[in-house]
Amino acid sequence: MLANLVLHLFILLLFAPLLLGIITKTKAWFAGRVGAPLLQTYYDLNRLWRKGFVFSRTTTWVFLLGPVVGLAVPLLAALMIPFGALPAPVSFEGDLILFVYLFGLSRFFTAAAALDTGSSFEGMGAAREVTFSCLAEPTLLFVLLVLARLSGGLSMNTLLGEHLLASWRSEAGASLTLILVCLFVVLLLECSRIPFDDPTTHLELTMIHEVMVLDHSGPAFGMILYGAALKMMVLGALLVRLAIPWDTGWWLTNSLIFLAGLSVLAVLIGVIESAMARLKLPRVPQVLVGTSLLSIFALVLVLR
Amino acid sequence: MNRAKLISFHHGACVPLTELPCLDFPTFRESLLEEVAGDARIASFFGHPDADGVNLYAVLAHDWQGKLALLHTRVQNSFPSLTPECPQLHLFERELAEQYGLRPEGHPWLKPVRFHQNWIAAADIWGRDPDLHPIPGDMDFYQVAGEEVHEVAVGPVHAGVIEPGHFRFQCHGEKVMNLEISLGFQHRGIEQMLIGGPHPASIYQLEAAAGDTSIGHTIAYSQVLESLSTVEPSPRAYAVRAIALELERLANHVGDIGAMTGDVGYLPTSSFCGRLRGDYLNLMADLCGSRFGRGLVRPGGVQFDLNPELVDKLLQRLSVLETETRGAIELSFDSPSVLARFEGTGVLSIDAAEELGLVGVVARASGLMRDARLHHPLGGRQKLFDAPIIETDGDVFARGNVRRREIYASHRMIREALQSLQSGENRIPLGPLAPDSLAVSLCEGWRGEVVHVGLTDGQGQLARYKIVDPSFHNWAGMTMVLRGEQISDFPLCNKSFNLSYCGFDL
Repeated sequence: MLANLVLHLFILLLFAPLLLGIITKTKAWFAGRVGAPLLQTYYDLNRLWRKGFVFSRTTTWVFLLGPVVGLAVPLLAALMIPFGALPAPVSFEGDLILFVYLFGLSRFFTAAAALDTGSSFEGMGAAREVTFSCLAEPTLLFVLLVLARLSGGLSMNTLLGEHLLASWRSEAGASLTLILVCLFVVLLLECSRIPFDDPTTHLELTMIHEVMVLDHSGPAFGMILYGAALKMMVLGALLVRLAIPWDTGWWLTNSLIFLAGLSVLAVLIGVIESAMARLKLPRVPQVLVGTSLLSIFALVLVLR
Repeated sequence: MNRAKLISFHHGACVPLTELPCLDFPTFRESLLEEVAGDARIASFFGHPDADGVNLYAVLAHDWQGKLALLHTRVQNSFPSLTPECPQLHLFERELAEQYGLRPEGHPWLKPVRFHQNWIAAADIWGRDPDLHPIPGDMDFYQVAGEEVHEVAVGPVHAGVIEPGHFRFQCHGEKVMNLEISLGFQHRGIEQMLIGGPHPASIYQLEAAAGDTSIGHTIAYSQVLESLSTVEPSPRAYAVRAIALELERLANHVGDIGAMTGDVGYLPTSSFCGRLRGDYLNLMADLCGSRFGRGLVRPGGVQFDLNPELVDKLLQRLSVLETETRGAIELSFDSPSVLARFEGTGVLSIDAAEELGLVGVVARASGLMRDARLHHPLGGRQKLFDAPIIETDGDVFARGNVRRREIYASHRMIREALQSLQSGENRIPLGPLAPDSLAVSLCEGWRGEVVHVGLTDGQGQLARYKIVDPSFHNWAGMTMVLRGEQISDFPLCNKSFNLSYCGFDL
């Protein structure tokens, strides 16, 4: 149990920033550039951590709470979700609801911290983030309901348990494919990637997530960056487990397969970012309503 | 009919001021409005003070006749504003108010333009302290009130490495109701520095009037001095100027398309165009040693000549770059996700473009055929111009597509010019400037028409020099485009215009 927890945290904390590096490298390759080093995120985190805090006089303690909760939430969420065939260290009946709403909690504090600055940009970003996330929430819940129906349990560990392999081979495979697509869209949105948001843009008026954290700097910004990497790993773990449901029976190979799956996912995100332009902002809710419908359809298929 | 009072002339002519009648204001007003109601548009409108008041000169362009017309009047302290009937004059009148304390009575939007002190000892019409330098952006912005209305202020310091300007949005949620732009942060007083010239430093100041349009502004300046001293550069010099002008257009258009795709997050074109822009700038450096064409164009001709080896090298490089540029651009213009962002975004109607007197790429994208290379050519090479490009949708896509097609046309024009170079002097020395004369010069820079007007005094020195950069007309179009548009589309619309701040601020 303890060894499991340590391994889980080790994989999470050590490899999460690598995903961002892989995405950046893929994009650079498509653009014909050498690109930043694979480990750039680690260097950035190190650099940010060594800086001092700078707080605007107009902000309050809420402003610092945003990054802190933003870092703590994915850390907690990660404990409830299996990394590939490695089971989750913390598991109880109904933890899927906690899993979904932990992210809601972090969103609340990030938005509150943004509003705390009083900046019109950040207010706009908070409004966008909240709108889009609440439209993405049904998708995530329906996806989990499909899994709950297939597994007959209500904890993330059971949802993503050994039954997946059999489910893929049964008629439920169609539903699983649908929810895989839905989850991928949710991941792109939640991690503010193209086509929903552009993490590399400098244009405040077009940003969603980035604009909310404009006023953070130093270690606080480091926490945000690290939190974002952890969040991508947690949501990615969901996808990877769904797509690669095998268990080799040895923890080392299981970890390696999991990490390889995550790397492929990161490359995939990089390819999409290179081959696609951003959506016009009013189109984003339409896409999210679409994925909600898809996930409902997937649920109907397994309820039959 | 007041038409008889109009002085009509071709581009490149030197008009003696004695031939220019000074109309009384009602006649001036009537003639100007009559001309604009016809097919004329305002190319330039400026004042020049003397002992009896401020002389106003209006330069009208009759594009399809290839002719220019001049109107002249004199006013004191105030005059009835022409803007309500002729909106394209709105900024010119604000400029007069700021420079000479002339009040255009009834101007609907009388605010400072560049935030500088009066040029002459006249009362400031906004009642600002005459001893202090005005603060840029210090004006009453248009405001919308209401519980759900919010205001967003952007700039003058921006997130990217760009020039300073202040943008004030009145928004309802994500929708922009009104955008107001306040510039003037880079006002250097170029027009005043040119008075008493031509000074040795003048040409360098013109090269930096708008740093990305060095060739455009130096050609316009050289043409003014050549017209005033009745010197005709050799066909070879004209050809080198035309090549440089198209190279400047290539570098900037390619950079713009890259920036537009970068704004919508389409990486490949954005990166490739960034690199290709550098390659075109390097071709310019091969020509004259400066990537931005500084030091190339001089009154009387050009400072650098082309030898056969350089011609071969340029032709070779150009054929490689042409293929690469087409590849990079077509990639994004074939990509549905990019087109979905470009099409229907930031629409500027042809009526708005015409009323505001817009020029260049923006006007051509809205269906107005305005191209000084076509209508007001000067020199043998430019008279052969046969690639007028026009789009009619007026959206971001149209502005991008005008650029894309102009890039392809420029490739061909440069190639033809390089292959048919005539021999000749690269530079002919200028004589003294004609005294008490006026010359107008137009040059289609990459952004649009650059208009320079030079006015000499009795000693043949420049008494007034007026510069109109295309950005001066086109910023107003930018504010129109944003009405009812999503605020998140502002950066894209802005890039599709890509206007100059320093060209406006002068």
